[in-house]
Amino acid sequence: MRFRAASDQATLVYLGEAIGLPAHERVLKLLRLLQKEPPPWLRNIQPAYCSLMVTFDACRIDHAGVESSLKEYEARAEATPALKSRTVEIPVCYGGEFGPDLEEVARLHALQPIDVIRFHFSRSYHAYFLGFAPGFAYLGDLAPAIATPRLDSPRRKVPAGSVGIAGKQTAIYPIATPGGWRLIGRTPLKVFQSNRMPMELISIGDKVRFRAISREEYRWREPA
Amino acid sequence: MSSLVVQSPGMLTTVQDLGRAGFGMLGVSASGAADPVALRLGNLLVGNEPGAAALEMTLTGGTFVFPEGAVVALTGADFAPSLNGRPIELWTPHAAFPGSRLILGPTKDFARAYLAVAGGVRVNPFLNSASTHLLSGLGGFEGRALRKGDVLTLGEPTKRILKKRISPNVLLNLQPGKVLRVTEGPQFEQFPGEVREAFFCATFRVTEESDRMGLRLQGPSLVIRGGAEMITEGVCLGAIQVTPSGQAIILFVDQQTAGGYPKIANVIGVDLHRLGQLRPRAEIRFERTSFDVASSLWIEQERLLNSPEQLFS
Repeated sequence: MRFRAASDQATLVYLGEAIGLPAHERVLKLLRLLQKEPPPWLRNIQPAYCSLMVTFDACRIDHAGVESSLKEYEARAEATPALKSRTVEIPVCYGGEFGPDLEEVARLHALQPIDVIRFHFSRSYHAYFLGFAPGFAYLGDLAPAIATPRLDSPRRKVPAGSVGIAGKQTAIYPIATPGGWRLIGRTPLKVFQSNRMPMELISIGDKVRFRAISREEYRWREPA
Repeated sequence: MSSLVVQSPGMLTTVQDLGRAGFGMLGVSASGAADPVALRLGNLLVGNEPGAAALEMTLTGGTFVFPEGAVVALTGADFAPSLNGRPIELWTPHAAFPGSRLILGPTKDFARAYLAVAGGVRVNPFLNSASTHLLSGLGGFEGRALRKGDVLTLGEPTKRILKKRISPNVLLNLQPGKVLRVTEGPQFEQFPGEVREAFFCATFRVTEESDRMGLRLQGPSLVIRGGAEMITEGVCLGAIQVTPSGQAIILFVDQQTAGGYPKIANVIGVDLHRLGQLRPRAEIRFERTSFDVASSLWIEQERLLNSPEQLFS
């Protein structure tokens, strides 16, 4: 466990130094305990791959106080059993207008587009955290055979539901935003909806599977 | 029920309050007023809770009509407000009779003006807050900036409103400035010595591409040769992150919640509201301070903002 002040009102807690399930399991456990028994000074928690950023009320506590409190939480969190994760299935229509970068990704790896699709849907992903935009879940890890760097210059607008890959991660854009991930398909599902509970389709710690669907099924499922 | 009619919205006018902290788990940033101090003071002047919803205007204000009348206060930047054709002062409440028209123009000094109305502006809350998050189209009035013809509902004023004004000393103390105090960022040590030195010596210019998500700066290149070594992590308000090309970006109220760029520094709590008053092309400098100094300044400022006897003259 390592601490680093992020600002005068936020502390970063690092629970590992590499992206992977061991570090993330510790992140999840500490997160669950902080949510279950929120300390009075807690204002926000932003989990990520190996860290939590904890924002605190600077009128009530300082960095040293936060660190010693988080050490106690972590000691107790370690002893709690991991929660069983949920599996979420995401239908995706790959390629064509929905996946404008599919062919390029295939070309970069000397594969056929169908191979990229197979690599993408034939494994289960772990939802590390939500960030970037409401409901945007960072999913990993991608098959090394199709891991691809981000676009050199991001698109000004990526349509909602777009499925992208970047490095060893994949994600679905919940809302139309600028974005630099390579787009290989699109889901008709609403990834984030403020008038639904829960609002997010994928929560931190979920397992996610993709299922290839036809254009017809996409149209049929597409929200009006 | 009283209302506020938007006759012209100005350049970018949104409903804001003090934001929705605590939803980082969902990837939702806090949003809220770019100058929360101005918003709080405006609300106090019209007898509201400090975090009531108000209108935030950017660079050029709008024209608003109050068919049933209202008590209003303008705070933050001076957009030359006039009520029924008469110029009115900032930092003090004004009674607007039924049918009154409030006109604001282009800014005379800083970036953002706030219109607080007794009873507050009523919108459907999203995650406990009225604040608008423009990128996601969530919160505020239909998740968007106001347009001509919008009619906003006002809450019921709860208190009798006394004529008072914010004391000149307080305004002096809280006024926008061009020197922003910062603490070391979490990746400070990854930046070479000469880059750190350049960061603290140079003048940076706020570019036109700046918005509520981030202030993009023009200045010396802060590039880390060979790139930074880091894993995407949570990022906070006021973080100064550096892109691979060496450009500094200050993350602001509508910020993304996580990022993989190294942070050289972070604007301290008491200077965050000053970020909201920086106009495009403003020139700024960064001054290093300690975490201890930053927290005592914060405690002092919160004490001031919570003591009516000191705020009003």
